[in-house]
Amino acid sequence: MFKTALRNVLSHKGRLLMTMLAVVLGTAFVAGTLVFSDSVSTALKNSLSHNYDNVSVRVENSAAGEGRSAQDNNSDAKPLTDATLRQIRALPGTASAVGTVEGFAGISDANGNLVGGRGGTQGANFSPGADGTDTRYPMAQGSGPTTSTQIAVDQRTAQKNGFKVGDTLRVAVNGPVMQLTVSGIFTSDDPALSSGGSLVLFDTATAQRLYTAPGQYGWIDALAKPGTGQDALESQIGQVVPHSGNITLHTGASLTADAKQMVEDDSKNMKTALLFFAGVALFVGIFLISNTFTMLIAQRTRELALMRALGASRKQVRRSVLLEALLVGLTASLAGLGAGVGIGAALKAWAGSSGNLPGGGLTVTPSTVLITLLVGTVVTALAALFPALRASRVPPVAAMSSNDQPASQKSLVVRNSIGLVLAGLGVGVVLLGVSQGGSAGRMPVALGALLVMLGVFVLTPLLSRPIIAATGPLFRRLFGISGTLAKQNAIRNPRRTAATASALTIGVTLITALTVIGTSISTTITKQVTANMKADYAVSTQLGYPVSPQLLAQLKSAKGVTAVSAADSQYVTVNGTDLSLNGYDAGSFDQLVAPDLTQGTLDAFKQGQLLIDADHAKSLDATVGSTVKVAYPNGTSGTLTVGGVYPKSDLLGPALLSEQALRGHTLAPYYNVVLVKTDGGASSANEQALRDATGLNPLVKVQSQQQMVDQFNSLISMMLTILYALLGMAVLIAILGVVNTLAMSVFERKRELGMLRAVGLDRRGVKRMVRLESVVIAVFGAAMGVAIGTFLAWAANGLLKSSLSGLTTALPWGRLALFIALGATVGLLAALWPARRAARLDILGAIKTD
Amino acid sequence: MTTTALRTAAARASDLTKVYGSGDTRVTALDHVSVDFYRGEFTAIMGPSGSGKSTLMHCMAGLDDVSSGSARIGDIELNGLKDKALTKLRRDQIGFVFQAFNLLPTLTALENITLPMDIAGRKPDKAWLDRVIATVGLADRLSHRPSQLSGGQQQRVACARALASRPEIIFADEPTGNLDSRSGAEILGFLRSSVRELGQTIVMVTHDPVAASYADRVIFLADGRIVDELQAPSADGVLDRMRRFDAKGRTS
Ligand SMILES: Nc1ncnc2c1ncn2[C@@H]1O[C@H](COP(=O)(O)OP(=O)(O)O)[C@@H](O)[C@H]1O
Ligand SMILES: [Mg+2]
Repeated sequence: MFKTALRNVLSHKGRLLMTMLAVVLGTAFVAGTLVFSDSVSTALKNSLSHNYDNVSVRVENSAAGEGRSAQDNNSDAKPLTDATLRQIRALPGTASAVGTVEGFAGISDANGNLVGGRGGTQGANFSPGADGTDTRYPMAQGSGPTTSTQIAVDQRTAQKNGFKVGDTLRVAVNGPVMQLTVSGIFTSDDPALSSGGSLVLFDTATAQRLYTAPGQYGWIDALAKPGTGQDALESQIGQVVPHSGNITLHTGASLTADAKQMVEDDSKNMKTALLFFAGVALFVGIFLISNTFTMLIAQRTRELALMRALGASRKQVRRSVLLEALLVGLTASLAGLGAGVGIGAALKAWAGSSGNLPGGGLTVTPSTVLITLLVGTVVTALAALFPALRASRVPPVAAMSSNDQPASQKSLVVRNSIGLVLAGLGVGVVLLGVSQGGSAGRMPVALGALLVMLGVFVLTPLLSRPIIAATGPLFRRLFGISGTLAKQNAIRNPRRTAATASALTIGVTLITALTVIGTSISTTITKQVTANMKADYAVSTQLGYPVSPQLLAQLKSAKGVTAVSAADSQYVTVNGTDLSLNGYDAGSFDQLVAPDLTQGTLDAFKQGQLLIDADHAKSLDATVGSTVKVAYPNGTSGTLTVGGVYPKSDLLGPALLSEQALRGHTLAPYYNVVLVKTDGGASSANEQALRDATGLNPLVKVQSQQQMVDQFNSLISMMLTILYALLGMAVLIAILGVVNTLAMSVFERKRELGMLRAVGLDRRGVKRMVRLESVVIAVFGAAMGVAIGTFLAWAANGLLKSSLSGLTTALPWGRLALFIALGATVGLLAALWPARRAARLDILGAIKTD
Repeated sequence: MTTTALRTAAARASDLTKVYGSGDTRVTALDHVSVDFYRGEFTAIMGPSGSGKSTLMHCMAGLDDVSSGSARIGDIELNGLKDKALTKLRRDQIGFVFQAFNLLPTLTALENITLPMDIAGRKPDKAWLDRVIATVGLADRLSHRPSQLSGGQQQRVACARALASRPEIIFADEPTGNLDSRSGAEILGFLRSSVRELGQTIVMVTHDPVAASYADRVIFLADGRIVDELQAPSADGVLDRMRRFDAKGRTS
């Protein structure tokens, strides 16, 4: 049996090529993903392993620095002070100890833009020992900062931006711009820097003033004396600074392990996401593989029957086909593995070339090899299972039948019934899920979506006939006899057409669904921003840190500003329910924000009453005039009257209260964003005036309404682009499927083609016929994908509505039409080679009967 | 009608030579063949297997190129024509009936009949088409697909297709080779009547003496050469000639 299988593989090399290619592409995707993410993860972990060489124990104050938000601004947090540092230094096991303060620090380039935003922009203290150096930050040039006007910057950032010792840089932490002089440039192998971030060093006193409070540290790192273990030092330190509340103690080993775990988790997430798309590609491959084997077996019917007639059992026939599949799968997987390692290397090199990845070799783990080979082989064998079963059912008598027509098409009744039930059930379950909405509907929608897809795939042969036949008159009109023949050929073998089209449908369904969801979200957000925001500008800081009160004051004094209010984001408890609340200036509120009140008035807001969104009004059972009990962040409490209700809006948040009513109830303001209305609306002059007012602070982000919308939309379109690229492989495999089907068809219809050429169809006509058949199949597949994808997107939007209020499905008609057109292009491309083959056919060879 | 002077050639082979392969595998399929196929006449080409019958037909029909000599359809010299011109010539001037695989399984009988005209984008001559269909007796089978027709009916559709576009000449290669004798006789009778009644020119390759007897004239090929010719043949007469060649030791 093995010999037969091997011989079959070899004798059908050409026809198995497409199958192989499909498996190669799919497994290369899998292997490439694994190799790339493993290599990146290894490289990152390697670069981490020396990070904590000088840390035996870290004492951390989680309440210090910018990590604190409005919520954990509680007063009973213990600080880490110079006194703490002295205590730790005095311990018998301590060789040395150094205190660190760290936080956000942005440098602006010559044009006033933030430098190195990609990997985080950090500031920290330079903490020199007795010799004036800090072992953590070896200086490549110059020396560490010693005064409040000096800084040191990391070498990568300095090189990238051309900063030199002696230069004056604009630096901002969370306040006005500071003009500081570069006293030194240091080296560091911190992965945050190697992946594109920047680090500014201040002298310790300045850093403390900027980030914590004078004399306070964010954390203290202690190095143990030789002979003292990390755990021993940890327990010594624990005596003076106990591990409790906001103070935590970690050994260097556990910090390294944690950091490595984080890298591991990140890489696992990336791997999972990429493998999903590899899975889609392989799934598409299944259709192609299964189709090829079906066709090969149809062509070999007589041969198989002969084997049966000569005494081979069903089991042997089945095994020989499966063995053939295994051979194909294994060979292709090996090639895929090779290609995948290449892809991984290329990706790594590409990612490394932009300087954002630490270097290092390629990691090909045994599990990568095993998984790739196993996946490729199993998928191929699985795809060949049905064809193998069908092969084993070929009766011995088929060997005697004189015509070599493929076995008659069995009725599709059973298949259609199953398909109808599946699809119907799927639609039902999806609708049920949508009606439940939110997270409760997620399971039913996912399950239903799967059922719908399966059902449609099962039904495709049934659907293909009437849908493709409907194009008949058009085709006849446009392309004459070639069109008619193409249409007829496309519906000639519904199963094959269906399998070929379905492969394309999968990719197009996902692409369509994602596009429709993305467009719907974009449209909804745009609508909300333009409807609820009257302000011309929203001013916030880079990376989402709160706006400082000074900045607010600067903005108020900017030229051309007519109304300004910060949104003070505070957490309160209303009738026992935690709620985030935005405080706005009562005087300028109605010029900046336009909540679409369904009850109540804006006047009520000005008088210090609470505005609340419809969802919370419902859950709190509150209407206009109700009074609610409120517990404020600073521990005070009181009652508020509900003055209005508005539809749930992500822009406005769940509750609105005037800043005046909030006064005296918060620990500190937390300004998320500042809304600004200017004389004459958004213009470059007004924008410049705002920027000037902040002293060209690199941290300040001034965005007009339009820019906000644009930024969001470009985010969505960037995500879509990435997803398109990832789904590209699935589409590519589907194209191979179309090529394969056409090549088979051309091969099977050789005599017909010869006859057509003999009676006068020219080469162009033959080509056109094959091309049109291809286009018909591809467009059919794409159209089904667009239809299913739109339906699924609609269902998904129904679920997302609970997180994005007011989300309605918006259909990007242009895009959808483009996908269909793309389907047609795919068809044309796929037909290039088969059409050429058909046209080159030797007429005599084809029609000769002897 | 049998006076040579009055007959004009619908197709003519002059010094036609066709050589396949080279060196050891070199086969001379046609060896300086010169023959006229007369307009309005039913010519049969006979000869033992491998004698070059099909090759002659293929060369005359523009399906295969010649090694030397000339093949003409009407006034058109085929030797040297490009594929495009040959295709057009086959479409407009030549009709074909093959031994098998004459029809497209996806088209109905009528669609198969009008196929060459559809390819050319021409409207069929309705009256002529009706006449052809009536002659082959297929009026009630026009919407059937080939798989729903018997072998004989399928060949009749093929004949109708060949006739429908009123070609200069029809080539038929063993059109009855796959049929039982009754269906075969039907087809042959029909071919003959299309010559007699419709004035069609037909060249038919066969190795069946009975089939040849339907023709006006039989040409005998052996080893790629024309060895004999018979006017108004009878089956026995043909058989007689055949035996004579065999007696000379020609079998292959
Ligand atoms: N394509 C070809 N290549 C090589 N030899 C060929 C080819 N076609 C025909 N022949 C040879 O040419 C000779 C005539 O063939 P053919 O015309 O088919 O004979 P017939 O139709 O009389 O049986 C035979 O010897 C045959 O083997
Ligand atoms: Mg022959």
